[in-house]
Amino acid sequence: MYLNEFLLLSAVLFSCGVYGVLARRNGVLVLMSIELILNAVNINLVAFGAFHGQVDGQVFALFTVAIAAAEVGVGLAIVLLIYRNTRSIDLDQVAQMKG
Amino acid sequence: MAIIDGNVNLDNAVLSVATFAPLAGAAVLGLLPKREEFLVKAWALGTSVFTLLCGLYLVLRFDYGNAGAPQFERSHSWIDVINSNYHVFMDGLSLPLFLLSMVITTLCIIYSWDHWPEPRNPKAFLMLMLILETGMLGSFIAEDLILFFVFFELVLLPMYFMIGVWGGEQRQYASLKFFLFTLFGSALMILSFLALYFKSGGAGLEPTFDIPMLIERGMSDTLVRSTELLIFGGLFMGFAIKVPMFPFHTWLPDAHTQAPTVGSVILAAVLLKLGTYGFIRIAIPILPAAAKEYAPLIAVLATIGIIYGALGCLAQKDMKRLIAFSSVAHMGFVMLGIATLTDYGINAAVFGMVAHGLITGMLFFVAGSVKERFHTLEIRRLGGLLVQAPKLGWILGFCSMASLGLPGLAGFWGEFPAILSTFNPAEGLSVALFRTCMVIASIGTVLAAGYLLWLFQRTAFGTPKEEWATTEVHDVERPEWLAWAPLLAGIVLFGILPGIVFDITDPAVNERVTAAVVAQGK
Amino acid sequence: MLNIGLLATEAGGAAAEGFEAGWLTRHVWLIPLLPVVSFVVTLFFGKRFKGGGAWFGVSMMGLALLLSTALGVEWMGRGHVGIEEGQPPAVAATYRGTASGDQEHQVQQVIEEAERTGEPKASIPGHGEEGEEHALPAGRFSLPAAESGGEGPAGEPHAVEVRPYHEAEAGWFHIGPIEVGFGFHIDGFAVIMLFTVSFISFLVHLFSTEYLRDDRRRTHYFASLGLFTAGMLLMVSSSTSLQLLLGWEIMGLCSFLLIGHWWEESKNSDAALKAFFTTRTGDVGLLVGLSILFFGAGQTFNIAKINQQAITGEIPRSWLVAAAVALFIACIGKSAQFPLHTWLPDAMAGPTPASALIHAATMVVAGVYMVGRFYPVFFSAFRIANNALGFNIIALIGGITIIIAGLLAFVQQDIKKVLAYSTVSQLGYMVMGLGVGAWTGAIFHLFTHAFFKALLFMGAGSISHACWHSFDMRDFGGLRKHMPKTFVTFMIGTVALMGLPPLAGFWSKDEILLGAWTNGYRGTFFLVGCVGAALTCAYMTRVVYKTFWGEYKGPQTPDAIEHASHAAHGHHDAHDDAVENQAPALVGASAYQEGAKASADPGVKAAAHGTVQSERGPHDDEASHTADDHGDSAHAGAPLGGYPHESPWPITVPLIVLAVMSVVAGIINAPFFGLQFTHFSAIEPIVAAGVPEPSFSGVVAVISTLGALAGLGLAVAWWRGMRFGLDGLTRRNGLAGAGYRLLEQKYYLDALYERVIVRGIKGPMASAAYWFNQNVLDGVAHGVSATARRAATFTYDVVDQEVVDGTVNSVGAGATGLGRGFKHMASGKVQQYVAYLIGGAAAGALVIFAITFNRS
Repeated sequence: MYLNEFLLLSAVLFSCGVYGVLARRNGVLVLMSIELILNAVNINLVAFGAFHGQVDGQVFALFTVAIAAAEVGVGLAIVLLIYRNTRSIDLDQVAQMKG
Repeated sequence: MAIIDGNVNLDNAVLSVATFAPLAGAAVLGLLPKREEFLVKAWALGTSVFTLLCGLYLVLRFDYGNAGAPQFERSHSWIDVINSNYHVFMDGLSLPLFLLSMVITTLCIIYSWDHWPEPRNPKAFLMLMLILETGMLGSFIAEDLILFFVFFELVLLPMYFMIGVWGGEQRQYASLKFFLFTLFGSALMILSFLALYFKSGGAGLEPTFDIPMLIERGMSDTLVRSTELLIFGGLFMGFAIKVPMFPFHTWLPDAHTQAPTVGSVILAAVLLKLGTYGFIRIAIPILPAAAKEYAPLIAVLATIGIIYGALGCLAQKDMKRLIAFSSVAHMGFVMLGIATLTDYGINAAVFGMVAHGLITGMLFFVAGSVKERFHTLEIRRLGGLLVQAPKLGWILGFCSMASLGLPGLAGFWGEFPAILSTFNPAEGLSVALFRTCMVIASIGTVLAAGYLLWLFQRTAFGTPKEEWATTEVHDVERPEWLAWAPLLAGIVLFGILPGIVFDITDPAVNERVTAAVVAQGK
Repeated sequence: MLNIGLLATEAGGAAAEGFEAGWLTRHVWLIPLLPVVSFVVTLFFGKRFKGGGAWFGVSMMGLALLLSTALGVEWMGRGHVGIEEGQPPAVAATYRGTASGDQEHQVQQVIEEAERTGEPKASIPGHGEEGEEHALPAGRFSLPAAESGGEGPAGEPHAVEVRPYHEAEAGWFHIGPIEVGFGFHIDGFAVIMLFTVSFISFLVHLFSTEYLRDDRRRTHYFASLGLFTAGMLLMVSSSTSLQLLLGWEIMGLCSFLLIGHWWEESKNSDAALKAFFTTRTGDVGLLVGLSILFFGAGQTFNIAKINQQAITGEIPRSWLVAAAVALFIACIGKSAQFPLHTWLPDAMAGPTPASALIHAATMVVAGVYMVGRFYPVFFSAFRIANNALGFNIIALIGGITIIIAGLLAFVQQDIKKVLAYSTVSQLGYMVMGLGVGAWTGAIFHLFTHAFFKALLFMGAGSISHACWHSFDMRDFGGLRKHMPKTFVTFMIGTVALMGLPPLAGFWSKDEILLGAWTNGYRGTFFLVGCVGAALTCAYMTRVVYKTFWGEYKGPQTPDAIEHASHAAHGHHDAHDDAVENQAPALVGASAYQEGAKASADPGVKAAAHGTVQSERGPHDDEASHTADDHGDSAHAGAPLGGYPHESPWPITVPLIVLAVMSVVAGIINAPFFGLQFTHFSAIEPIVAAGVPEPSFSGVVAVISTLGALAGLGLAVAWWRGMRFGLDGLTRRNGLAGAGYRLLEQKYYLDALYERVIVRGIKGPMASAAYWFNQNVLDGVAHGVSATARRAATFTYDVVDQEVVDGTVNSVGAGATGLGRGFKHMASGKVQQYVAYLIGGAAAGALVIFAITFNRS
């Protein structure tokens, strides 16, 4: 079983996701990056599940996929609202939470 | 090992009903429309009167021949996981304070009838007052540390809002100070409670929060001395801040000065007693050995408090602040009595709590009424109260006399026996130290006479200041009479017949507090 | 409520036949109850009564006086038991100490007393059951012995007859292991005190009905008087120290109310505050002392038990000394002894009858009473009868007080202040008497002093009532012509106070001096007493001269006094009140109804009050207050005969009654009269403690009388010399050579008196004393209060507000600062937050990695 390869792939995906989240200013791209992170996790889950010969990992992965779908739904709605309000989806413009 | 005493009978049901009726009343009050002010007031008054009637029923049913024993006991499993039960009962220690809380709340509602602090919102104000009442009542009957803690904390929020919303100019500062101080104490207190819980287990025994059970287990014998001292230290901080004792008292004058009249009354009359009651009910009987170690410290701090409070009073320019500082001095006497760990001292302390509740409560009422009439409490600007409102003036004089410990009025029986007991503290305590404290505390009574009479002279004697010379000042009015008469009667009654209180508290003090101290000494 | 009588304990053999307590003795609580009733009724319903409740108070006090007189009569019928001197009192029937061998003089005194009284009262046998331990058979006194022989066979037991006390206690409350009782302890001492207090109080009530006729707070005044009396009556009859404290403090409260009766003026309320505060300072001693005795005597408040244990030595002596010192501090405060006497003269701010009550029968004698009541404690603590030091603190303070106060009386212009200092001085006598072991003398002096001092105060009140409420002696003069009754009675009081035979003061003062003489204080306190007597004579002569002789110097109409320069000294008169009463918003007007009814213009009525009377002749007492309808004409004709007038009957009757008492009160304890007082004052603890009871000594009487006469003579000479012109005197003195001096002895003495004694005393010494009084003592008091205030301000401003509060605030500020720092982190940018999240997660991962690195 080639666990390490899977982990490596997942780590790369995760890093790409993190980069995207931190560096991108476009809201949609940030959401996509979050998806990348989640899917990196999914790969890990499935890989470990297979490695240990259990289905728990796959169950959790499916669970995560479902949650991610919901999250993207909510996230896109937020982005849409931001766009409606500010005519822009540049996240740097959205700092109403400044304390 | 959950003790479940499922026997519900009328008496112990009434005890619980009396405790929770105000809370239920407050909930219903929340549903009433805000505009129907009379309905709101009547409902609140009805609730408190109902509670008071329940209390009176209990007073009638109370077995006075057996005042030291638990009565109307009820225990029901509550939080099984941590073995905490709804365990309540009443004995000679709780009865006077339980009743005092009910009476004071009812009188406060009567007084409020047409004295609403700004911003005027009777509904919210009365709701808070009723919630407060449940907290106070519950604290005095709870026999489980967690239950006690819940009630103890329940008191905190309504008072915070009362000061913060309806207080004076610096209300936010004062309410926050009050909240932070008390919360800090509570945090240490709950730590000690938990420590007691965990240390009470072992040797085939389940850990428990039950107060009588903790007393029975003789925690002082099983605990390592340093641990015991730490635990007592936590309890000490929690209760001493609430009392408040000398270095922890700074929240009190601010809270009192800023609080609305009724808030001050409840704060002085009942809330401060939660601290001293905690010492008598929890800290000393559960950890008598540590109590003995701490007693000299408590005595010294109490004595400092007496003198310090009095000096503080003398420096005041504001009437309400002066009365607040006098609380520090008076609670010093109560703590001095407690520190002796003797029958005399603790009886005196319980009497002192009741007396201080009546007298200082009354003084705050008077201060409130003076403020309402003159819109100031600055002593320099007042004067000649006896000319403009003679009845109010004489009531102030009467309360000053009671407060300075004139025999024949209630204040004396908290003060003199406390001084008396300090001459002969419990076995093992330093006689020399306590006798020194006694002499210094006696000097405190002189200072008390000084500041109270000074206050009385400046505000009541003489002729009205020019500022008010033409002001039409109305004398004591009907709601004020209704609210004050019971307190004034109580001050005289307890002063002439101190046995009413002593005969109830004495067996309880013997059986529940000093028995543990004496047993420890052997 | 209180089931008095259930727990009655009779002393020793008293339970035996012939000793059943009489009805009044068993129901003595009625006596203090009456003034309490008066207080409550007057306070709450007084304004509805005619006269503001004054007559209700008078009648209640009259009833109390009747009862206490009846109690006295009943007490005289009580059987005696003989108990041995130096033996424990009857309560300790089981204990029997050994007679102290060194008390020969006491032994002798018993013999002398036996002689004096002629035949001993038959000691009643029949105390067979309980009393056999202490009671001796009759006939103990059949001892021979020459008066001066001292051959009384020491060692043989001697008995003094006492009437056993009666004590009834009911449970009051439980505290700790004991039950505290509320009860009454009746013995001869208590009976005497009850009588004296109700007697004086009744007369004061009666006097006040006239004196404060138009006072705006008449009802309050009478209510306070009632409570005041109740406090004193309760105190003197109490069986427990707790109850004693109760009465003691009630009096403190009432003195506050009465002294500050006219509280509109800050001078008065200051005086009230000073009185309460000063006595309260002394009360620290009472609280501490009672606590010591409570534990010393095995946790009891019962005074009889405490005394008994003090005698038997069950209380360790060190405790006794501590308790005695503490209690004596209370006495110093309450009885206005040096150095806490400064409040008493200021207390003159109150109405004069209240001053009479305070000075004669209540309040200030409370301290003396308390020391007398706990006398065995002091007697054992200071070893009074057998003192190696030659002095003790009680006698010392008493002696100092006599002299200090006596000197101060010379420089006063206010007649009430002279009397006040005289009270202080006389209290000094009592205290010194207690200090030198003359218990009976001190108590007897308390008894006689009550009458003549009340008389003098009321006399002063009568004078001031006539002189438009002035108390300044510079306003008086020649009053003997205008106020004959007041003059005669005042003179009787003065002579009684001077201690000249055969009036009251002589006999009691003599017994104190006798005690000092026989108990080994001949060279010290005996002399002090004699000097004090001389001083008393001198300053009283001055008062009498200035008031009654010469020409009337005061204003002749009330209007005049308004404009007079000395209007400041105390004109709280009806005039004043009447004017204020016209503003009903300020005052409860009901008290004034009478006046308003009688005259349309109350001010005119007040004016008429004085002037009309003199027109109609000074003897027309009864008519004085029916003269209201003459108001207008009198006002119009004011310039006519504006002299003071004699006061009406409610004022003169008390004066006359008191004058009679001032004459006879002393004689009742004269040797030739059968020592009637001693039969009351011989009480168990005193006899058992072995307090000496010396017999009358001619030598002492002569010396003290000579001393007093010397003072009187010098004073009279001085006042006459002044009248005849100082220039003549100085001329003769200037001419006087050495050869003339013996011949011109009179002038020599005058000069000596004037230049050395009077001027010395009047000038530097008294002024210095007064200066000391006003500046040093008062200064210390002010300094202490100022320092306390400064300390308080400092504590509050610096320690409380800055250090303690500052700490708390700085914690808060620190938290705020921290928050301000972190504020910048919350930029509101989502990505920044994510960066923190991820950074944190990475850091956490690193930590976990670091921790687990070694294990893997």
